[in-house]
Amino acid sequence: MSFPLIFERSRKGRRGLKLVKAVPKAEDLIPKEHLREVPPRLPEVDELTLVRHYTGLSRRQVGVDTTFYPLGSCTMKYNPKLHEEAARLFADLHPYQDPKTAQGALRLMWELGEYLKALTGMDAITLEPAAGAHGELTGILIIRAYHEDRGEGRTRRVVLVPDSAHGSNPATASMAGYQVREIPSGPEGEVDLEALKRELGPHVAALMLTNPNTLGLFERRILEISRLCKEAGVQLYYDGANLNAIMGWARPGDMGFDVVHLNLHKTFTVPHGGGGPGSGPVGVKAHLAPYLPVPLVAKGEEGFYLDFHRPKSIGRVRSFYGNFLALVRAWAYIRTLGLEGLKKAAALAVLNARYLKELLKEKGYRVPYDGPSMHEFVAQPPQGFRALDLAKGLLELGFHPPTVYFPLIVKEALMVEPTETEAKETLEAFAEAMGELLEKPKEWLENAPYSTPVRRLDELRANKHPKLTYFDEG
Amino acid sequence: MDIPKDRFYTKTHEWALPEGDTVLVGITDYAQDALGDVVYVELPEVGRAVEKGEAVAVVESVKTASDIYAPVAGEIVEVNLALEKTPELVNQDPYGEGWIFRLKPRDMGDLDELLDAGGYQEVLESEA
Repeated sequence: MSFPLIFERSRKGRRGLKLVKAVPKAEDLIPKEHLREVPPRLPEVDELTLVRHYTGLSRRQVGVDTTFYPLGSCTMKYNPKLHEEAARLFADLHPYQDPKTAQGALRLMWELGEYLKALTGMDAITLEPAAGAHGELTGILIIRAYHEDRGEGRTRRVVLVPDSAHGSNPATASMAGYQVREIPSGPEGEVDLEALKRELGPHVAALMLTNPNTLGLFERRILEISRLCKEAGVQLYYDGANLNAIMGWARPGDMGFDVVHLNLHKTFTVPHGGGGPGSGPVGVKAHLAPYLPVPLVAKGEEGFYLDFHRPKSIGRVRSFYGNFLALVRAWAYIRTLGLEGLKKAAALAVLNARYLKELLKEKGYRVPYDGPSMHEFVAQPPQGFRALDLAKGLLELGFHPPTVYFPLIVKEALMVEPTETEAKETLEAFAEAMGELLEKPKEWLENAPYSTPVRRLDELRANKHPKLTYFDEG
Repeated sequence: MDIPKDRFYTKTHEWALPEGDTVLVGITDYAQDALGDVVYVELPEVGRAVEKGEAVAVVESVKTASDIYAPVAGEIVEVNLALEKTPELVNQDPYGEGWIFRLKPRDMGDLDELLDAGGYQEVLESEA
């Protein structure tokens, strides 16, 4: 069924609110040269139409509040509503306010930084980056500044990434001006150490790793990897996408990582999906601290302040202080759970993934790298089934599909991350649905979904001829 | 899966067809099928010197984006500009109209290190 845009519901002159008192005209308040010549094309609707429009949209929405959302590598955990209340407390704050009058906000940022440093084993941190990939770019620019400062900027021109890496890793390195070299995975799905040794050298700036990796497996030889990097003067970068598996149990800093980015919108319950806003803090070891972006929140004798005096800084990476309200939610999460609670959350995330993996294996799914899974696992459908068809079929059965076709090293990959916030019954119902799909006629799968607001999309046309703007033809 | 016997192959699913002192490079039928509908091909610059195994082009499909590697070291001498408007040629005719770039190898003898059709067939069987 088609659902009109708010612009299509618009009727000239229709109003939701009639102002009784006279309001000043824009012309009386703003000099003429600053006024636009043509009024903006805003939709004109009555209040009920407006309410029906947005209520209708919300009912078409799929999110973690409506359904199980096992999107691998995305950690779609529940976002407690309490955190929204906490964020609301800061609604009247203005970023241009004198820091002396915003001590509570600065204290929250400073404390969050301390918690995240403690959880990752890092010495200094910035909360400024707006999301994960932005954190990655910040981290790699910090590494670049470090090498340049040491006179090795011209010689260290390569960034290494494993072949199971998130696509954002090579994209980040490339955007920072580096050449990218891929390290293959070994037969057990972990970094191939011999291949890594061949690639390391004075021409390499950094190695970017996720641990656990995108197969959901812990890199057991991480200490040897970090030793090899250290010997070669290569900075070790930790992509925090999968931190949920080890939160409170193991620290990237102790593993030998030099830089860490976190995704507060994954691991720390900041709402996620729909385009943000996210938050991607970057923690570094002491030798990289001088290059962090400005400003940093610091604690002085007269309270908290914003430290802009950092001559070696790579500069600002985001306006103001990052997505502040995302920081409030992450702070609330950490304070609610405490270290023991965070450890339990990570343990349950792993337990849920392992349980669901066994259930899916019983249903006939294959797991090509079947090691000790952490927070997620990568399954394959039986021969003859396409991951895409199964994903579309799941929509028909009322579940959001897992990530498909990633990581690239597994064919027809179904990457499943249940997270800790799902009950056992939900996991079992999902496994039942996955089993049911394998019983469906081929034709049913190829044409699913049937009862969603839109049926199967023409992905080719969506890619080649996307219509991204709305024009009122009338 | 179609594997013509007139050319060389890599483990990363490129083919290399010798023509005079140059080789034409594209991706195999298997590769285009695995990628799905191709929506964009990022072509290399003509004149660029490349090493064996260096990523020189990118094929983007509705599923994923994949690097295309130089099968041997040499210089890019021509690219398939038709792919800018019609990237689907990679799907429709992977061994013909869907070629991606032409390379002038530093040493034509390097081609001998590549796989023949039989060797590539074995790679596919081991991956299945």
